[in-house]
Amino acid sequence: MIRIEHLSRSFGPKEVLRDIALEIRKGEIFTLIGPSGSGKSTLIRLIDLLDSPTSGKIFFDGRDTAGPEKDRLVIRRRMSMVFQKPAVLNTTVAENVAFGLKFRGVAAMEAEKKVKSALHLVGLSDLYSRRAITLSGGEMQRVALARAMVTEPEVLLLDEPTANLDPVSSEMIEDLIVRINKRFGTTIVLSTHDMLQGQRLADRIGVIMDGLLAQVGSSSEIFYQPKGRQIARFVGIEAIAGGQVIENTGGHALIRVGETCFEALTPIPEGHSVSLCIRPEDVTLTPSDSISQKTSMRNRIVGRITKIVPSGPFVRVTVDCGFVMVSLITRRSCTDLGLSAGARVIAGVKATAIHVIPEEGAPSR
Amino acid sequence: MCTEVSDITNGIIQAIDLIMTLNPEVMQIAALSLYISLSATLLAAMIAIPAGALIHFNEFSGKRAVIILIQTLYSVPTVVVGLVLYLLISKSGPLGFIGLLFTPSGMIIGQTVLIIPIMMGLVISALSGIDRSISDTLVSLGATQFQKIIEIVRDARFAILSAVVLGFGRAIAEVGVAMMIGGNIRDHTRVLTTAITLETGMGNFALSIALGILLLVIALIVVVILNLITSALSSDMQQIAGGGPNG
Repeated sequence: MIRIEHLSRSFGPKEVLRDIALEIRKGEIFTLIGPSGSGKSTLIRLIDLLDSPTSGKIFFDGRDTAGPEKDRLVIRRRMSMVFQKPAVLNTTVAENVAFGLKFRGVAAMEAEKKVKSALHLVGLSDLYSRRAITLSGGEMQRVALARAMVTEPEVLLLDEPTANLDPVSSEMIEDLIVRINKRFGTTIVLSTHDMLQGQRLADRIGVIMDGLLAQVGSSSEIFYQPKGRQIARFVGIEAIAGGQVIENTGGHALIRVGETCFEALTPIPEGHSVSLCIRPEDVTLTPSDSISQKTSMRNRIVGRITKIVPSGPFVRVTVDCGFVMVSLITRRSCTDLGLSAGARVIAGVKATAIHVIPEEGAPSR
Repeated sequence: MCTEVSDITNGIIQAIDLIMTLNPEVMQIAALSLYISLSATLLAAMIAIPAGALIHFNEFSGKRAVIILIQTLYSVPTVVVGLVLYLLISKSGPLGFIGLLFTPSGMIIGQTVLIIPIMMGLVISALSGIDRSISDTLVSLGATQFQKIIEIVRDARFAILSAVVLGFGRAIAEVGVAMMIGGNIRDHTRVLTTAITLETGMGNFALSIALGILLLVIALIVVVILNLITSALSSDMQQIAGGGPNG
């Protein structure tokens, strides 16, 4: 649906996007994730033709989007965009939703019908004649969504649509996004710095780091097989650096980190420096005095708890094993195990839960 | 001291009397004031709003300087506008042949010139007050450049109204142009401010105060009406088709 080739965008001396290549498929939900300031918004604005690339090309449905404003307008009118900060004009909700139709010269009768069904879609039919500036942030964003959908766009672009919203409103917007995609087959491109949101919504995810498209893939690829330490960090993986493959028999490797040896699955041959990516929820903790029962756990490392931080219904336990391992366990098991800072524990992780990345594969700096 | 205070009280009483009895001469002066200043306001708005929009929506070198020049002209003395215009339209001036000197039309032109800078400057700042995200939103919704400008001007309508009201205030309150271009000719170019100057010179303080009060009453009425129009404009917008199928 949208193909981006060698796209770069600079603002003065600052290069915000560098050599982006990306294909967005018809009907999918594609999520751009990345930290604030990584260039997500710039990319989405470029796709919506609100801005022009410094170099490179964007093709919409096979057509080059560079050209006179008249042609760009025709292409732009096949898309819609929702911004991070919902901007409503000082008039009624209905009129705010009707703008796209008005600009396209849709007759008043038909426009009214479409506005009503768009407001129905986002569940705000009651607010038809309310002044838009009196709405709450969540309501405004739903109005913005109705306004974007009223023109039945082929592509819906959303730039951090829930970044300024409370959790309840965010969930509502997320539900709507999925519903719109299912019901109308709208291709959706969404940017977010919330990697869990990306995981919840997306068919495919692109990770933007520092203006570079660092990795594109399905959510399980991104979350379990990040291509570099920076991405790993961003998607919530604690990476252990400074390992070395000391033995590899048919993909079953032994990796030494400091005094400890890990078993892991990787094709990387022996002698190479690697980092180990381990999701905190894959790390189990057992008290060090319980000399182990039978377990499939291959890697068991003794360490000392340095920090316990609550995180919703979970706690993040940081264990110093000579290097740092982080475990995410439920509050209940934390209490049951009687864990406290300073206590000795055994951290366990299955060989299959370790994702090995070559050290030099990390986008360094 | 005592007589001055009683002049003010007398003035108020006389003002009520003049308004109640619809004193024909005073009514004629008030009507002319209103006619001249409203015409000037309308004319100035028709120039200042599009011109302000033109400056706001276009990027050009020296834009900043143009805006500073406009803001400087806020303080141009009315007598200087009067003087320059006088030199242009007096019998021996380059535009003398049109015969505008000492006519209401000449006064309208003078007041228009006087209030254009302040209206234009305030229109520009009214438009700058509209968040950039509104502009992006409109473009992303498929607006042409023209449709975008119309909607932004419409969104800034209340601030633009303030610009127009302020322009009207400056026009109806000024003496310089009215005196130099109009000449304070009875039944012809005499307006409230020039009449006040004259009556004060002749020692008729109470009448002067009455005329002053009348001027403020007129200003009140005009401002209220302009506000009503702007409010009506917002609720009527649904009926206005607008835009058109461009592009």
